[in-house]
Amino acid sequence: MEIGVFTVSDVTRNPLTGETPTEGERIKAAVAIAKKVEEIGMDVYATGEHHNPPFYASSPTTILGYIAAQTERITLSTSTTLITTNDPVKIAEDFATLQHLADGRVDLILGRGNTGPVYPWFGKNQQDSVELTVENYNLLRQLWDNDVVNWEGKYRTPLRNFTSTPRPLNGVAPFVWHGSIRTPEVAEIAAYFGDGFFANNIFWPKEHYQQLISLYRERYAHYGHGTADQAIVGLGGQFFLARKSQDAVKEFRPFFDNAPVYGHGPTMESFMAQTPLTVGSPQEVIEKTLSFQEYFGDYQRQLFLIDHAGLPLKTVLNQLDLFGELVLPELRAEFARRRPAHVPDRPVHTTRRLSTVTAAG
Amino acid sequence: MTKVTVVTAGLGVPSSSRMLADLLSDALKAELSLSGSDATIDVLELRDHAVDIAHHLVSGFAPPALAAAIRNVTDADALIVVSPVFSGSYSGLFKSFFDVIDSTALEGMPVLLGATGGSARHALVLEHAMRPLFSYLRARVAPTAVYAAPQDWGAGADNEPALEQRSRRAARDLAGMLVGRSPARPSYQIEPSAPFEDLLARIQAPTP
Repeated sequence: MEIGVFTVSDVTRNPLTGETPTEGERIKAAVAIAKKVEEIGMDVYATGEHHNPPFYASSPTTILGYIAAQTERITLSTSTTLITTNDPVKIAEDFATLQHLADGRVDLILGRGNTGPVYPWFGKNQQDSVELTVENYNLLRQLWDNDVVNWEGKYRTPLRNFTSTPRPLNGVAPFVWHGSIRTPEVAEIAAYFGDGFFANNIFWPKEHYQQLISLYRERYAHYGHGTADQAIVGLGGQFFLARKSQDAVKEFRPFFDNAPVYGHGPTMESFMAQTPLTVGSPQEVIEKTLSFQEYFGDYQRQLFLIDHAGLPLKTVLNQLDLFGELVLPELRAEFARRRPAHVPDRPVHTTRRLSTVTAAG
Repeated sequence: MTKVTVVTAGLGVPSSSRMLADLLSDALKAELSLSGSDATIDVLELRDHAVDIAHHLVSGFAPPALAAAIRNVTDADALIVVSPVFSGSYSGLFKSFFDVIDSTALEGMPVLLGATGGSARHALVLEHAMRPLFSYLRARVAPTAVYAAPQDWGAGADNEPALEQRSRRAARDLAGMLVGRSPARPSYQIEPSAPFEDLLARIQAPTP
């Protein structure tokens, strides 16, 4: 089980002080948070990708490359990399380069993005979103898995006798997750290739995701990568933690009430009842997180959103210290105890991928 | 057994929208019983869900009570929907409710339209506002829709059939759509994807 954090990279006013950090401060904060993630024994740091204010993370591999140089153990990932509007050739090159710099500590979560205008900004059409996802990912796979690619498609200029460089580290491409909150086609793509499926369930109730995840598991088994319960599933989550539950509630409420994504809407209590958000004691965070396993089955990656809504860096680092001391050890022990021996502990390249690589090598 | 869900956006208690909704559902029950079928009628007062609907708009998901109400609508065999006229159109609450329902969830749904207003001069709201909304949602809208002005609750207007008669005619339209209807609408859920290789083949196929 991999446990880590992911950021949406928002630059948001702190509602207590009224101050808004600069983009530079938030970018440096990302590095500090990633280092803290490693220090407390978590496994993954993932950054979002956006191309408009108030977000800073337009260049994920630049940020992750810098973090790679300052960490030794954690996996660097994305949440998400836009498979619709990025050129698959550039994704192949950027992440293979990062793999070499980080000695393989790299994977990525692909997504379609949730900002409509990004499509026209990159010369694409939002109506083509699903087709772009299918075609671009199919090309990305070929660029990584085959040394020489001859390719022709609908949305990109053809490639003749093309080799994407650098080649993936040791001939094995980064592990890929496919993130979706509502698109069955994305679950299908993940299942076909034996890749992971990441359901960022932080804003919506669990019932919504159960259908999509079981669809992915079913198709994963259909394509012969393993049994349905061996499919590779990742989930989102968010917490705000204090030794005493009521302190957590008191400290987080102003941030919740003013958060750009859900502020000025439902109460924090109803949001907690319906979504993965936990604001409370270490025990409450542990119980809520373990309940995901009960709803969705054994899974391989749990990422938490912890640095949004204007929370100052100091608070975020303190949250991670508390998590590392009071939550992480117990979560790890309990997840390990629950996981049957035949279910993979972490994302693994499937037999399909490995046999392809062996054949090519 | 036909499951009919009645949606009314009236705000008063009682509201004239609710009164019209009751009139229409009684008429529908009577029509259906003539052809030997039974109906269960569930009435949804949007007033009771106003705050949840606003929360859904900002948070992107339905609180439990609203989620149940939405299921009640999407799982119905037919809908009767009634809105008061506000500022020349259906009310914001009425529109917001249909805004938070998935835009494909009402495809093929038989719908009877009703509206109420402070003056008979707004009667065309049925044709200029409500019918296009349900056409967009690909619902099957009954040809007759019913508007109730204040005088309809009294003597009515000259040269015009009484509200009860218009309601019966509308109910007859809807009942006709139900009796001859294709098998029950499947319960709304996520449609599975086509297999990956078909998805890819579709992109590469020349466009017709």
